[in-house]
Amino acid sequence: MATKTKSKTAETVVLKDYESVIVFTPVLSEEQLKDAVSKYRKLITDDAGELVHEENWGLTKLAYPIQKKSTGFYVLLEYRSKPDFISKFELAFRRDERIMRYLTVSLDRHAVIYNQRKRNGEFNQGKKDQKQEGAK
Amino acid sequence: MKKKANASSPAMVFNTMPEAPQKKKFCRFKKNGIKYLDYKDANFLLKFVNDQGKVLPRRLTGTSLKYQRKVSQAIKRARHIAVLPFTGDSLK
Repeated sequence: MATKTKSKTAETVVLKDYESVIVFTPVLSEEQLKDAVSKYRKLITDDAGELVHEENWGLTKLAYPIQKKSTGFYVLLEYRSKPDFISKFELAFRRDERIMRYLTVSLDRHAVIYNQRKRNGEFNQGKKDQKQEGAK
Repeated sequence: MKKKANASSPAMVFNTMPEAPQKKKFCRFKKNGIKYLDYKDANFLLKFVNDQGKVLPRRLTGTSLKYQRKVSQAIKRARHIAVLPFTGDSLK
């Protein structure tokens, strides 16, 4: 997973790291949600990108109502793609009525490392403890 | 001017890190070597907002400028995806 070719390698296509959080409406059924997510997964891979990680937070409470809904399905996609893919990807988000909110962030190298460690579950003992100490 | 706010100042009311009178503040990111702030981690970001949901100033949290910028960026991202509220009466 996630081959760390940081900058330009021999290949001409430069892939950058991105992460998108998508908030779907709570009116979708499990099945519809799966369909929607697989559509975006497909979009990434069709455009020479690679999906690094996918996370489904399930039905989560929103901090404030969006479109008069107080919950939403959160899906996190971490992927590597060409930079000009993002505009296409976000256009698809905007056209999709099932999506209430989205946020795409390009990841710097610290973020990629952080996400990797988070996935490996290193944080529940290591960094989290440090953070809590920092709070004291 | 690295003067500590004295106990009588109203600023102390909002301080998230209650400390001993003359203890020096420190940047928790520099101290713990945290390089990246996750905007999805609401519990962590809550340490940097007051109970109305406003970003706390550096003067209270002790965060260095470099990381304060990241904190505010992360909080704004979190607000956009409804992980943190824009306003609230009692977050804590």
